[in-house]
Amino acid sequence: MPEPAVTVPESSSVEAQVPKKQAGPVFRIARGPVRWADERLGVAALLRPYFRKVFPDHWSFLLGEIALYSFIVLLLSGVFLCIWFKPSMAEVEYEGSYQLLHGLPMSEAFASTLALSFDIRGGLLLRQMHHWAAMLFVAAMLAHSLRIFFTGAFRKPREINWLLGVGLLALGIFEGFFGYSLPDDLLSGTGMRFFDGAVRATPVIGTWVEFFVFAGQFPGDLIIPRLYFLHILLIPALILALVAAHLALVFYHKHTQFPGPGRTEDSVVGYPVFPVYAAKAGGFFFIVFGVLTLMGALMQINPVWVVGPYNPAQVSAGSQPDWYMGFAEGAIRIMPGPGWEWHIGSTTWSWNVFIPLALPMTLLFVGMALYPFIEQWVTGDRSEHHLLDRPRNNPTRTGLGVAAMTWYAVLWAGGGNDLIATQFDVSLNAVTWVLRVAVFVAPVVAFLITKRVCIGLQRSDHDRLLHGAETGVIERDPSGRYSERHRPISVGEQYALTQQSEEYALLPAGDGDGEYRDRQLRLEQLRRRATRFYFVDTLHKPTRAELEEAAAHHHHGAGHEIGAGHGDGHGNGHGEDGAVIAGTESEHLAP
Amino acid sequence: MSEEDRDTGASPLLASHDHHGPELTDHDPAHYPVPDPGHPEHLPRLTDVDPKAADRATRQVAFFFGMVPLFAIGFAVVYFAVPGDWFFDFGPLRANARNLGLGVTFGLSLLFIGIGAVQWARTLMSDEEMVDLRHGATSKPEDQQWMLTELDKTVEESKLTRRKIIGRTLLAALGFVFVPMLVGLADLGPWPTKKKRAETIEKTLWAEGVRLVNDVTFAPIKADDIEIGQLVNGEPENLQDLHGAEFQIEKAKAAIVVVRMDPNTIQIPASREDWQVGGILCYSKICTHVGCPISLWEQQTHHLLCPCHQSTFDLGNSGVVIFGPAARSLPQLPITTDAEGYLVARSDFTVPVGPSYFERDSRQDYEEGDN
Repeated sequence: MPEPAVTVPESSSVEAQVPKKQAGPVFRIARGPVRWADERLGVAALLRPYFRKVFPDHWSFLLGEIALYSFIVLLLSGVFLCIWFKPSMAEVEYEGSYQLLHGLPMSEAFASTLALSFDIRGGLLLRQMHHWAAMLFVAAMLAHSLRIFFTGAFRKPREINWLLGVGLLALGIFEGFFGYSLPDDLLSGTGMRFFDGAVRATPVIGTWVEFFVFAGQFPGDLIIPRLYFLHILLIPALILALVAAHLALVFYHKHTQFPGPGRTEDSVVGYPVFPVYAAKAGGFFFIVFGVLTLMGALMQINPVWVVGPYNPAQVSAGSQPDWYMGFAEGAIRIMPGPGWEWHIGSTTWSWNVFIPLALPMTLLFVGMALYPFIEQWVTGDRSEHHLLDRPRNNPTRTGLGVAAMTWYAVLWAGGGNDLIATQFDVSLNAVTWVLRVAVFVAPVVAFLITKRVCIGLQRSDHDRLLHGAETGVIERDPSGRYSERHRPISVGEQYALTQQSEEYALLPAGDGDGEYRDRQLRLEQLRRRATRFYFVDTLHKPTRAELEEAAAHHHHGAGHEIGAGHGDGHGNGHGEDGAVIAGTESEHLAP
Repeated sequence: MSEEDRDTGASPLLASHDHHGPELTDHDPAHYPVPDPGHPEHLPRLTDVDPKAADRATRQVAFFFGMVPLFAIGFAVVYFAVPGDWFFDFGPLRANARNLGLGVTFGLSLLFIGIGAVQWARTLMSDEEMVDLRHGATSKPEDQQWMLTELDKTVEESKLTRRKIIGRTLLAALGFVFVPMLVGLADLGPWPTKKKRAETIEKTLWAEGVRLVNDVTFAPIKADDIEIGQLVNGEPENLQDLHGAEFQIEKAKAAIVVVRMDPNTIQIPASREDWQVGGILCYSKICTHVGCPISLWEQQTHHLLCPCHQSTFDLGNSGVVIFGPAARSLPQLPITTDAEGYLVARSDFTVPVGPSYFERDSRQDYEEGDN
């Protein structure tokens, strides 16, 4: 089989490889500028390791790119909005071109948002692009983090990059929430009112935090300027710094890849940065940018003029935050109130607000941050992993991930309990009660189902490895038995299906294990129990001997009796094709 | 690929020329039962073997790129030529012509650059996959050793290990240098001391004799004008004297609902017998959960539902919570009528309105069963 081109020529041979006869027109044109830059910056040596750096290709690797590109669109559209937006809560009388609000008192922030929407050419487009890009930014980050989680890409040596990603997700959510609060329309003011009530409920320090954040009582006239500086300066700068570090680490570690023929732990297979990856990634940036622009043109978002300026005595039904705050909103909504507020002496402990706000956020972000270290502790695996796991091959991890997604989804549904009730014509109270139960039960059910599905998929992999793929060809042998002919899978697929690292459930350490001290022993017993939770019913891949035996079996007859268990169906199915393929494959399997 | 093949991707700073990271592949046949069949054979694309297909792909890419200037100029035309009050109507949908035109031209110009570039890469650029060797993130053991030795040496050279007082005072100095930075933030807002709270979040514009007015027209509310089952959103009359931030702050606390119910169908505790006027009761409109203005009134059940988080209060039973995340009853405002028959407050709220806070003394709030 031909080897792919290798991009690692010796430095001496490169010099030898640049004979004049190969020099194309670009070489002649670029020689001057490149030399000029090189003599000042040393660009040639600097770029040399990266110019043809290889990136593997897979659709799921684009999710992080979408996040990055929508962040760039946010920066660009944000600059335009900054030119016109006035982050001031000073009261003005509206005199713009939207007749329905004419003469109404409102903050300068809201008036300038209306100006952007109606009086500044392209303003509405940029506002809508900015809002859609924010939605996409968080959505892409979340989807990206799920991809990383389910494929085990957070494992050593990428734990730090996972932490950077968790930080980016948290920053992105708050950045979005603060941006949503800036226009000072009825909806964003309601969001701020919620924010005020929520910080105020923090035990012991709540009132102080409220007074410090709002410079006194809600709403005051400083919260929008303060959020503005957080939204356009502090948080974007932090995001930018984390993005830079995140990408630098991707570069340094080199991208992970899915297992497949020719792909090993110590190689990365894909396309070079120049020209293919640059064209694809650069092109994809323009596609994301273009799609967001079309969304800004064709899909209305946050029509602030419909709800009008903020009025602390008004709110509309169906008020909701942007989607990424939905899970926190849902937690707040489904929390029962009576009995969850303590009145001790002259103090009030507002657990009915504090718990649903602080607990899910903490669980989500701390849980995400700790997970790689927890899994590493359980497995005791200290080796590096550059080949991605297929989610089925770690059923417990995948189950935990789906459980977390289910929990998130239940909370998210809680954020729309009123809409569910009105749209489906059911009782709001019943919806809320169902969700109150589901938030505890549904993740467990999801975990169990997912784990079983994963193990089922592992079994089907097992079947493909040992018995081949089903062909759909039914044969009848002379004795009248029916069987389905199986075709061995390619050795490439066999290789891909057996690349996962294996972990084993451990028995408890016996009394005789004198090497542990008491505390260590308890910890080790806990770890071993955890390995049983993780791996006790994980299927292990077949051994080489089993594969060889299966191949030999194929060689003699690829039939499988219908309805009979595998392994005892020695039908007569000597299909020509099957026999030939089996023969070819078994040569590969011979050591 | 031989062992001599070098890493091209690692940082030159960290990967010296003879650097080989730890062995990454586990060649144990027990764990990896199928030997690597090697990279699959490269299959040519249609554009690699058919010059016509390649030419067609070239034309496609050039078409996408070539359209971009047209869209870009189209954007400029729309920007200058289309007035802001033109609208397109598509059945029930309505779109501003300028926003639509600007967005579609700009969006397509971006999209076509992207599609052209991706099509170029997919069909015409070499699609031979390449292999980079990968080495662990770890440095060589001797580098790690070097690092630790040097660290030890530099600390030794700084005399820090022998003159520990320097290290300790330096740590303290670096810790305390944050004190000015933190103290500088102490005036982010007024301090909510007991006195400050009493004059801010524990006080509203309501006082004895302040008229209840409609929250939009500021017209005083006459007791006789309210029918049974009717709910009116109100504010204190003196709110209209305020402006700007002060107006918003006071409005956020003083908002009320005035509601008339049949006195025979509701429970009025003895202590609140004189807080109402013939079944007309007045409650704070600000939810005791996180402070939304409660808006949804169920006339037949006397329930008031908050549209934000669906806390439900029973206005026929002193505002107790019957569902949802709120934990405390809605504060009730004691009212009476003045000489002209208008509703007036008898005092401020007897408990602080709005969401809970730590220093709030919640012993005075109405609880189910109180008298």
